[in-house]
Amino acid sequence: MHSDPGFLQIVWFVLVGVLWAGFFILEGFDFGVGILVKALARDQVEKRMAIHTIGPVWDGNEVWLIVAGGAMFAAFPLWYASAFSGFYLAFFLLLAALIVRGVSFEFWGKVDSARWRSVWEWAMAIGSGAAALLFGVAWANLIHGVPMGAAHVVHVSLLGMLHPYALLGGVTTLVLFLAHGASFLSLRVDGDLRKRAGAVDRLATPTAALLTAGFLVWTLSDHGWAAQVLIPALLAICALVAATVLNRSERRAAGFGASALAIGMLTATFMTSLYPDVLPSTTNAAYSLTIANASSNHYTLVVMTIVAVIFVPVVLAYQGWTYWVFRHRLGRDDYEGPLTPVAVIEHMTTGRGH
Amino acid sequence: MSALDFARLQFAITTLFHFIFVPMSIGLALYVAICQTRYHRSGDEVWLRATRFWGKFLLISMAIGVVTGIVQEFQFGMNWSLFSRYVGDIFGAPLAMEGLIAFFLESTFIGLWIFGWGRLPKRIHLATIWLTAIATMLSAYFIILANGFMQHPVGYTVNHATGRAELTNIFAVLFNPIALLGFVHTVLGAITTGGMLVIAISGYLMLRGRGGEVAARSMRMALPFALVAVSLTMFVGDSQGRVLVNQEPMKMAAAEAVCNSGHGQSFSIFSVAGFTDNPCPNDISSIRIPHLLSLIEDLSWNGNIRGIDQIQAAERAQYGPGNYVPPVGVEYWTFRLMIGAGMLMALITLVGVLLVRRRQLERARWFKWLALLGVPLPILANWCGWIFTEVGRQPWVVFGLLKTADANSPNVGLGSIIFTLAGYIVIYSVLIATGAWLMWREVGHGPESDDAPTTQPPGAAPKPDMVMAY
Repeated sequence: MHSDPGFLQIVWFVLVGVLWAGFFILEGFDFGVGILVKALARDQVEKRMAIHTIGPVWDGNEVWLIVAGGAMFAAFPLWYASAFSGFYLAFFLLLAALIVRGVSFEFWGKVDSARWRSVWEWAMAIGSGAAALLFGVAWANLIHGVPMGAAHVVHVSLLGMLHPYALLGGVTTLVLFLAHGASFLSLRVDGDLRKRAGAVDRLATPTAALLTAGFLVWTLSDHGWAAQVLIPALLAICALVAATVLNRSERRAAGFGASALAIGMLTATFMTSLYPDVLPSTTNAAYSLTIANASSNHYTLVVMTIVAVIFVPVVLAYQGWTYWVFRHRLGRDDYEGPLTPVAVIEHMTTGRGH
Repeated sequence: MSALDFARLQFAITTLFHFIFVPMSIGLALYVAICQTRYHRSGDEVWLRATRFWGKFLLISMAIGVVTGIVQEFQFGMNWSLFSRYVGDIFGAPLAMEGLIAFFLESTFIGLWIFGWGRLPKRIHLATIWLTAIATMLSAYFIILANGFMQHPVGYTVNHATGRAELTNIFAVLFNPIALLGFVHTVLGAITTGGMLVIAISGYLMLRGRGGEVAARSMRMALPFALVAVSLTMFVGDSQGRVLVNQEPMKMAAAEAVCNSGHGQSFSIFSVAGFTDNPCPNDISSIRIPHLLSLIEDLSWNGNIRGIDQIQAAERAQYGPGNYVPPVGVEYWTFRLMIGAGMLMALITLVGVLLVRRRQLERARWFKWLALLGVPLPILANWCGWIFTEVGRQPWVVFGLLKTADANSPNVGLGSIIFTLAGYIVIYSVLIATGAWLMWREVGHGPESDDAPTTQPPGAAPKPDMVMAY
């Protein structure tokens, strides 16, 4: 069973990694902003501003997850089948979090009532936070390996997934995405909200750097200090240190870029520490799912490669264009004028005005 | 009930729930795009108000459709890991293509549409809603390709060394005749669904005297569209039935509750066929019209119709011992309810079109009450169609290749499935209640008034327009 992976199998292993990295980089700041809306925005205008920074893009960002899952299904069906059924309850909680968070953006502004909005702000925070945590837990379990027999059937309970290494992985992604979201917010809004986001960022980015370093040292000590694991791990840590420094000197765009790079390199470390496995078995290394034994046949990989070569650049082009269209910084001025009669009265009575 | 039964129940419940909103979104995206195009061409602000009014329903529907869609992709792996392993090479490909080609397009451009009012040039903004509408249809194509493979596997070979089906010809999968017919049928059904919703809500607003010109014009726009769409849906459905008689004969025999083969088959118009998956009993009490089924299926007075008895014997000879008969009662009734709902919708829209032609629509209050059926009827038809096609394939999950009983996850126990099923039911109930309530509120608000000047023309002031969605 331990044959070397073929060229296209490696291409798809890399592509699955790229899709996950894209998902974590893009949806990472959506999660961070989702957690922070309730905590950072003081009034309705600020909340709307914060939600609007990700409003036009979060749905497109989430599709990176769907495509990453689809790519695993098409290119490595055994990986998809074993991991998704094995992580059953964790994935259910993840889905519940993603559902609650997704509708919270859409429902938030539909009814003009403070209680209604508060419910969906909580949903946003809890859904985003739980998802950010669970993705780290799931990936740490993938890297760590799971009890799995010769038939590639995983037997692990939800509690069995919550070992210290996995919990550290979960807290790492949670804080990392929070820092990334704060960084994004401070880049995309103006005024007091920007200052508060910057303050969160100043604290969260170095914390994320420490957690990431701890998680990666643990990963390396488990998997050996091979160059292909060590290099992206070091780059991830360096990028977070750089992000800390850049944010302190108010170079927000560069700081955001550095935290995006860090998330990309963290994902790269996930993938290189797995290689050449895709799902290691802790029962017996001979039972592990590998790139070679989990993949589709050559023909499917050829077809999917052609499809990816044509469509990935197209997707990148129009998603990039979306960010260009919505590049301007959102300030209070953008929300001047009567939003709704009730909002006007609220502004007048609370004396906030604009 | 076993873990397998609960896994099936979970798939049925989550899919049927998801499929309330999918056809609604596909249909409404098209109507919104048409309204906006008319505004773009004529500059008439009534069409702008119609675009914004129907856009709200589209966004509520899409929000729920999108979040419940992720569950769909995950649960193949979670509950049906043996299925995923067996057919992943073939089934995963259209799913990945759906994400890459359709979902990215749909979700990116709906975001641009919502937040692009006043920010994007008008022509480009119009293009975003059309791209969204096209993307929803593309995603229907890819997902029905995946389903089509389960109904009628093509372009594969079974690798006996690995015990898995492998893709050998992608073009066979992309042009699977069952899938192509199913795709056209589903999209036409979705256009019908969106149209019936527009007709029902417009009618209600007219009854309440609140819709103004927006409701009147929307009604006149949607009626002929829905009439053509529902008629074509039935026409394509008839062709599907003729193909299925050869491809999945058991499904059609069960649909007509034909237990025994024979010439000059009568057509059953009422039957208390069994709802269990026992082979067809001989004592089905049924009201029948002589020779009609032979006329319909074989287009001849004494045409031979294969019954469940012959097909069961043939499949047993081909696939080994076992029961190959799906629950006949389910097939018989879902088939009739689907067609009945379709005919009723055709009748309603035909009457509506005639009223428009005779300029009697404004006065005909009874018609607007009748049109309220436009909310439940398409949902009923869509649900029955899917129950019919999926239950009718049983005991197979991939026809002739893999049985449902051999497809679920061996490591997912009864307790886990019941827990997640209960979780989905709670979450989805909240979603459907909230979604329905929000739509009901939007109906209550009605379109922006005809007399009042439009809040802000897009292009002039982007700010208030941004609150359309959030």
